[in-house]
Amino acid sequence: MTAEPGWLKSVCDGGTLLLAAGGCWNLSAASTLSTALAAVTLGPTPPGRIKLDLGRLEALDTVGALLLRQFRDRLTRQGHPVAVVNVRSEHIALLDAVWRAVDAPPVQAPERRPLREWVEQVGRGSIKALHGSYALISYFGLVIAALVRVLIHPRRLRTTALVYHMDHTGLRCLPILGLLSFLIGVVLAYQGAEQLRRLAAEIYVVNLLGLSILREIGILITAIIVAGRSGSAFTAQIGTMKVNQEIDAMRTLGLDPIEMLVVPRILALMLVMPLLAFFANMVALLGGATMSYILLDINFYQFVNQMRIPIDFWDAMVAMIKAPVFALVIAMVGCYEGLLVSGSAESVGLRTTKSVVESIFLVIVLNAFFSILFQLLHI
Amino acid sequence: MRMDNLPSFIVAPDIVLQVRGLVTRFGGHTVHEGADLDVLRGEVLGVVGASGSGKSVLLKAVVGLIRPIAGHIRVLGHELGILSDTRRIALQSRCGVLFQDGALFSSLTVAQNVAVPLVEHTELSRPLIDEIVRVKIAMVGLPADAALKYPAELSGGMRKRAGLARALALDPEILLLDEPTAGLDPIGAAAFDELIGSLQQGLGLTVFMVTHDLDSLAAICDRIAVLLDRKLLVGTLDSLRQETNPWIRDYFGGPRGRAAFHSRS
Repeated sequence: MTAEPGWLKSVCDGGTLLLAAGGCWNLSAASTLSTALAAVTLGPTPPGRIKLDLGRLEALDTVGALLLRQFRDRLTRQGHPVAVVNVRSEHIALLDAVWRAVDAPPVQAPERRPLREWVEQVGRGSIKALHGSYALISYFGLVIAALVRVLIHPRRLRTTALVYHMDHTGLRCLPILGLLSFLIGVVLAYQGAEQLRRLAAEIYVVNLLGLSILREIGILITAIIVAGRSGSAFTAQIGTMKVNQEIDAMRTLGLDPIEMLVVPRILALMLVMPLLAFFANMVALLGGATMSYILLDINFYQFVNQMRIPIDFWDAMVAMIKAPVFALVIAMVGCYEGLLVSGSAESVGLRTTKSVVESIFLVIVLNAFFSILFQLLHI
Repeated sequence: MRMDNLPSFIVAPDIVLQVRGLVTRFGGHTVHEGADLDVLRGEVLGVVGASGSGKSVLLKAVVGLIRPIAGHIRVLGHELGILSDTRRIALQSRCGVLFQDGALFSSLTVAQNVAVPLVEHTELSRPLIDEIVRVKIAMVGLPADAALKYPAELSGGMRKRAGLARALALDPEILLLDEPTAGLDPIGAAAFDELIGSLQQGLGLTVFMVTHDLDSLAAICDRIAVLLDRKLLVGTLDSLRQETNPWIRDYFGGPRGRAAFHSRS
């Protein structure tokens, strides 16, 4: 493999200029050859005929063939037609293939018109948004219809799927939800204690913890974890089935994918979410109580007794009212995005991201609405 | 990119790819057990075998994507298992691989896909790279306007052609193809066979082709390797048709095999 690098020599013979190429004209020599060829210029009084002799080429690949062709074309454009002579038999097929490819018409990038493109984008975006809302409304209708069907004929409910999803979205969520809620309780108590100690009102840490956790934080943590854990899983599962054409197969078998896939997931999450929220509330309070004991020496009995003062029945129920609504939103968005997956595996990833972002966004917006609603109802 | 200073083994110069005693295993399942294979310079070798017999695994082992449990794989005289990473990458750039559905980078246009190996592994100027890319795209028979399209906008056959252009970007000596005609209609498959045949002739390639397509075997393969009972059995079409093994007999002598080989003769 000690091959001679490519070279080009010129011999002037009477009226004929003989350009001899030799050595290896390949990819590894291409950079040097390309600069060397660009430097080749013909003198002021060019000879009548130019011949390009390829007889001494040791190796040739597509890049070498391309460089030779570009060189020949340049000389031809400058008014010096070049005759290629002495091509070795093993190089004929390659030269032929490459030179034919060079003759293919060059690609032209489409002309850019910024204003027109912008208008086009706005138009496309609006139409897409319209189609999107139409699809969303029809999906909502289909789901409600399927839910009603299942409620009228409970035997149509896929109990196995329901229990499976309750297990996966509920039971298996407990460890991570418990850990995070406990830590949130700890952090809240810690921050509250710092501030309230300055007012010598340490005991009110309990009020702070009780109200904020039971009314807002417990359910929000639950909803965010469930959206990230189960909402995304719904999108990925249904999306993968869509890519595998399983959804199409269901339709051809006369099965309703909404009833088979969406309804069990929605019902499972709606049943499980209040339990998860209750669990998160209790563990967060436990975290708060632990921290209060460590920092402020408020023991468990004091904590519970103090809790009774600001908290009434409805405070404890707020999370239980919000939970099924949030569950419905998370499951609906997760399944909807899953059904929107089109064709490629890439689309599954995109839709999953979208599903999590959308459901968390909706949960927080809805939470704000609930605050107003409860205010009006004096709950 | 030069390979001159690599430790090389003494093998016959015209064997570009040598497999000796290959053993691969996934979990408890042994895929290959003592498989041997020689691929000669300038030939087209087809690899056939039942579904799940480990054809694609063999291809992955040969290009260094998976490490065999035991055995030697020598590519262009270099033992894959003992090469350093940089040398293996240099060696891999002398082997072009076409995956089943092209495996194009979905975020890049066809032209950018073909340019990737040239940009990463050579110091060529941008205009020269663009020109090389244009030539390669034309050589695989894609229309010029396909260069600016994204893989998602192409049909399956065009994606394969674009993948082939990328595999050929660095002018490899060996071209490895994983089921090149799977999923193409018969006309597209025949055109693709013809393309591979003409490129192999024109560029002097050695082709290692995993395939299920009896027409491809009949049309362009010089020799055929059959994966059978975790070993490789190599022969020409005619010699394999004399084999008494029931699987080989069914494969080449079944109605589809007879039709494909009849049309050839």
